[in-house]
Amino acid sequence: MQRGRGWRASANAAILLAVAGCGGGRGQTAPPVTLRFWAFGREGEVVEALVPDFERAHPGINVRVEQIPFTAAHEKLLTSVVGRAAPDIAQLGNTWVPELVALRALVPLDSLLARSRAIARSDYFDGIWDTNIIDGATWGVPWYVDTRVIFYRSDILASAGFPAAPRTWREWREALTRVRARAGGHRYGILLPINEWAQPVILGLASGAPLLRDDDTYGDFSEPRFRAAFAFYTGLFRDSLAAPVSNVQIANLYQSFGNGEFAMFISGPWDVGECLRRLPPSLQGRWTTAPIPAPDPSDTTTPGTSLAGGSSLVVFKGSPHPDSAWAFIEYLSGPAQQSRFYALSGDLPPRQSAWEDSALRTNSYARAFRRQLQFVRATPKIPEWDEITTLLADQAEAAVRGGVPPDSALAVLDREVDRALEKRRWMRGRMHHDTAATS
Amino acid sequence: MSSATMVRGDAGARAARRAAVIFLAPGLVLITLTFLLPSIAALGLSLTDFDIYAVASPGNTRFIWLRNYAELARTPMFWISLRNTLYFVLAGGPISVLVSLAVAVMLDSELVRWRGFFRTVYFAPVVTTLVAVAVVWKYLYDPRYGLLNAGLHAIGLPPVDWLGSTAWAMPSIILMTVWKGFGYNMIIFMAGLQAVPGDLYDAARVDGAGAWQRFWHVTLPTLAPTFLFVSITTMIGFLQLFSEPYVMTQGGPLHATLSIGLYMFTEGFESWHVGMGAAIAFVLFGLTLIGALVQLRLRPKGTEGGA
Repeated sequence: MQRGRGWRASANAAILLAVAGCGGGRGQTAPPVTLRFWAFGREGEVVEALVPDFERAHPGINVRVEQIPFTAAHEKLLTSVVGRAAPDIAQLGNTWVPELVALRALVPLDSLLARSRAIARSDYFDGIWDTNIIDGATWGVPWYVDTRVIFYRSDILASAGFPAAPRTWREWREALTRVRARAGGHRYGILLPINEWAQPVILGLASGAPLLRDDDTYGDFSEPRFRAAFAFYTGLFRDSLAAPVSNVQIANLYQSFGNGEFAMFISGPWDVGECLRRLPPSLQGRWTTAPIPAPDPSDTTTPGTSLAGGSSLVVFKGSPHPDSAWAFIEYLSGPAQQSRFYALSGDLPPRQSAWEDSALRTNSYARAFRRQLQFVRATPKIPEWDEITTLLADQAEAAVRGGVPPDSALAVLDREVDRALEKRRWMRGRMHHDTAATS
Repeated sequence: MSSATMVRGDAGARAARRAAVIFLAPGLVLITLTFLLPSIAALGLSLTDFDIYAVASPGNTRFIWLRNYAELARTPMFWISLRNTLYFVLAGGPISVLVSLAVAVMLDSELVRWRGFFRTVYFAPVVTTLVAVAVVWKYLYDPRYGLLNAGLHAIGLPPVDWLGSTAWAMPSIILMTVWKGFGYNMIIFMAGLQAVPGDLYDAARVDGAGAWQRFWHVTLPTLAPTFLFVSITTMIGFLQLFSEPYVMTQGGPLHATLSIGLYMFTEGFESWHVGMGAAIAFVLFGLTLIGALVQLRLRPKGTEGGA
């Protein structure tokens, strides 16, 4: 079905191309511009359906969507920049933006945004928008958003005396303790896969930990707020509230969740669809989503901060048609297109007005995401962040499974992160030196 | 140098030298351009911290002597990849060579019919694109719908998560690699077998040697040079393990199939630690060299002539 639609879309494009070609022959328009748009994985498959409308509205512009599998996306992007074969536009996971900015591969969008009537900064979720701002300039426009919330078995929590989701860490721990006390054996309160970095980082973000310090040139994981978050995290394993497994040991997340092997896990928007599809009908209505609890025991109204994730649309510096590229980004950013895109992909829109779309307003599982999206923060916006997440996952695993005291694991982590950021410090030092020399 | 060359006149020697240079030049130029220069450049690169910042502006490169190598030695991931690669070479290499030999000996037998057909069939995987083979094997390995697990089920055994479990992922990669590659060595062994003089077998038979003894005392010693050649090329090929895990497992699960080649690729082209990637390449080069030297040293006596 997907394929059929793609074929039809390209047939439309071909017809448009032919029509545009005829027009050009009569000498009334400039030769048509072809934009290359790189989209990855599932998004690459569905976005094709949005292209014909754009091409109809902009007869001089053709958009060629080039689908790239997610597993190859990162290296293809970087090598294309080095090999000067980058596309005009791409979808960019927002932790990749810093790398391409470091490569000086992107066009800053601030002046275009200032003139734009289609894209209103204020309509976007703050934390998400911020992921695109590096060194004071804006490099991307959010296309869809992703954050992590709690997925939980409402029936299990209700029977443990929690008819609603826990709102603070104290309630959270209490709920998990009661679930565990009732279940016992190989049934746990929550699944926090040991080898994943996202869970400890979310807890760190929720407690307001800076993660890095001195302009992101040193690790700051031994700082009290992260230490508290990490103690909470490792404590869940110490007290057998969290299942002591890594993500490869979970053969089928939905089956385990359905069996009650754990009553809770932390995940992103894609798992709403998966749970609806994969959990048996008898379990539908017995699970739901909730925002991340807050660390402050007295704060029962605001959720804890979570990850600001998702993808942005960027324009590459080498593009010969930056204005046409921008027109396409403005088109994709329109609330109507975003609602359509949500319907096609299930990806959550970054514009609050697009959430007024009925499909999302009535979706009870999406409510937690909408609330959470008001409380998201970007992870440090530096190219080294990916590497740091690996180091963090290693030390978290050492603390949970390797018997290393949490504070020592964090001390090691800071040392490792400092090593990984050495180049960054050197570059900063040189930059300061240069500016001092020129002034 | 013999006196014969000294007797020749200066002019003759010069002409001979010129001819040699002319004949060698195209090859030398090609090797210099495509192999020597890039290798020297890579060696230089491995002594720098060339990375994503350096791509943006070459001035961001520092010469750091052997720091990449020191850093590697203290990186657990490197040791994991080294262990995996050695596992692959030491388990997969001998299996591959032995399978090739066994099949070659079988096809060499006078009792086999349609020898040409079998030779072609066994050789076919060698010339098939690896990615296509990997895709097909991924289907075979599929835990739920795969042919292998269907087979296990049919004989009453529990299913195996071939590519998804840390214990089975590497054996699965080895199985596929052996299947895909044994035909190549098989052809070389068959050529070697054809060179074994028939009268040696006849003599052995007259002396009352059985089939096994004939194989052990006649076939194997005569094959020794072939054996050496096959082992070295196989080991070099196996040390460079990259495409199979890249296509099938991306090095997972939990780095169980992360080879040195794949680690080099992820460091170089995913993390863009190009200097570090080059350093890993030279570690791999060193390993290959050591392995080849060890095998040369281990060769049976009397094979100095080589293959």
